[in-house]
Amino acid sequence: MKPFFHLGRYFMLMGRVLSKPQKASVYWRQIIHEINTIGITSLPIVAIISVFMGGIITIQAAFGFTSPLVPLYAIGFTTRESILLEFSPTIVCLILAGKVGSNIASEIGSMRITEQIDALEIMGVNSAGYLIFPKIAAAVLIFPFLIAISMFLGIWGGYFMGVAAGACSSYEYIFGIQAFFDPWKLYYSFTKVLVFAYIITSVSSYFGYYTNGGALEVGKSSTNAVVYSSILILLFGLILTNLFLNQ
Amino acid sequence: MIEIKNLNKTFGDRHVVKDVSFNFHPGKTNLIIGESGCGKTTILKLMVGLHQLDGGQILYDGRDFPVLPPAGKQEIRQQIGMLFQAGALFDSQTVEENVRFPLDMFTNLSRAEKDDRVNFCLAKVKLEGRNHLYPAELSGGMKKRAALARAIANNPKYLFCDEPNSGLDPKTSIIIDTLIKDLTEEFNMTTIIITHDMNSVVEIGENIMFIYKGENWWTGNKKNILQRSNEELFNFVFASDFMKSIFSAANENAKHSFKP
Repeated sequence: MKPFFHLGRYFMLMGRVLSKPQKASVYWRQIIHEINTIGITSLPIVAIISVFMGGIITIQAAFGFTSPLVPLYAIGFTTRESILLEFSPTIVCLILAGKVGSNIASEIGSMRITEQIDALEIMGVNSAGYLIFPKIAAAVLIFPFLIAISMFLGIWGGYFMGVAAGACSSYEYIFGIQAFFDPWKLYYSFTKVLVFAYIITSVSSYFGYYTNGGALEVGKSSTNAVVYSSILILLFGLILTNLFLNQ
Repeated sequence: MIEIKNLNKTFGDRHVVKDVSFNFHPGKTNLIIGESGCGKTTILKLMVGLHQLDGGQILYDGRDFPVLPPAGKQEIRQQIGMLFQAGALFDSQTVEENVRFPLDMFTNLSRAEKDDRVNFCLAKVKLEGRNHLYPAELSGGMKKRAALARAIANNPKYLFCDEPNSGLDPKTSIIIDTLIKDLTEEFNMTTIIITHDMNSVVEIGENIMFIYKGENWWTGNKKNILQRSNEELFNFVFASDFMKSIFSAANENAKHSFKP
């Protein structure tokens, strides 16, 4: 890897991506299409993982809180905090980096090796803008909704599974998820989501756009997209956490 | 008219295109022929701006394309239609959406006008009624025809075709060649075709440049390409011993028939 080369080329690509759209109506149609591809099709995996993770966090919290000095509503409180602060914004975005990131890199990479991007360029289309901007815009628009759904399902998954497993009572859990709630934490979570949405789509598009070779290279681009998106998500997660929560 | 003057291109230490100059005639089918790896496709990619030029000029109606500002390049590119070797149709779009794409991007036509234009182009390439098929559902010849329909959708002034017959049987190749020639005449385009298919050369070669080891080795047309005027060209045109024997036999017959 040549980090400065890639960094420079990434920012030059972003310059083209964020330039004025050539035809707003065509871009808008693409954004709607990408909202479906990136967002709606990710809903089942996000829902399944969130419900089960909510249940697991609740049962683990109940298992850990054995001291009589810890009130039982701490189980609901812990589940809410874990889901709102870290699981939904970060872990779900890491999962989406795998699903959405590899999809974007392989789609654009395949277009590159089959000369579809060359065809766009020769027509006079800003291929970077046409292909990448709608993906970034769609992800930034739809990810907060996906994560909100994940938060909701995670907390209620914790409720149903926790109560069903006898880890806590319904009253204690509901009391716990309402206790000491600070809306500032939601600003923090959704800021992370917006940054991660941009990272996943732009980094994956970068690796796809500069694919050179054949099917093997498309696979490599796809892998690189997931690896580097995940690393950047963790890095920016740490930076944002320090900025928002470190008093 | 398109003129290229002293084109040069190197990849690392390989000098792929060496001082190539040529005039492409408007309203004609201009062919760039030569062996695989001789630099034909590189010349075409230089002409449309997919490769950076190392030296020379590419003049579209007198405007030097490589040194134009981005807006000027875009203006010229919008006058170019290109048929890629493998079609390069957008996989996620139907035939109709592929053909409509340049109209959506660069025109303000109404939906009905675009539909009319799409159907007109599909009729020209004999793909009526295939509007809703995806590229994966088309045969090789149909893909080329769909790509040709997309290339002419925006009424281009220049049509570039990169090996339009590759992977096609001889009969389908002739259909594609005839289609390109007819469209060139009908729309008065400057058509540039990269090929090493000899059927195409003798069928539609109105203005031919033979590239040998990156150089412009011979220029002419389909009438004089079959004369033994150049050894390398002769070896390219009559590549097999069988074809050479046919050429010799034909020459012998001609000599006898012209004996006084």
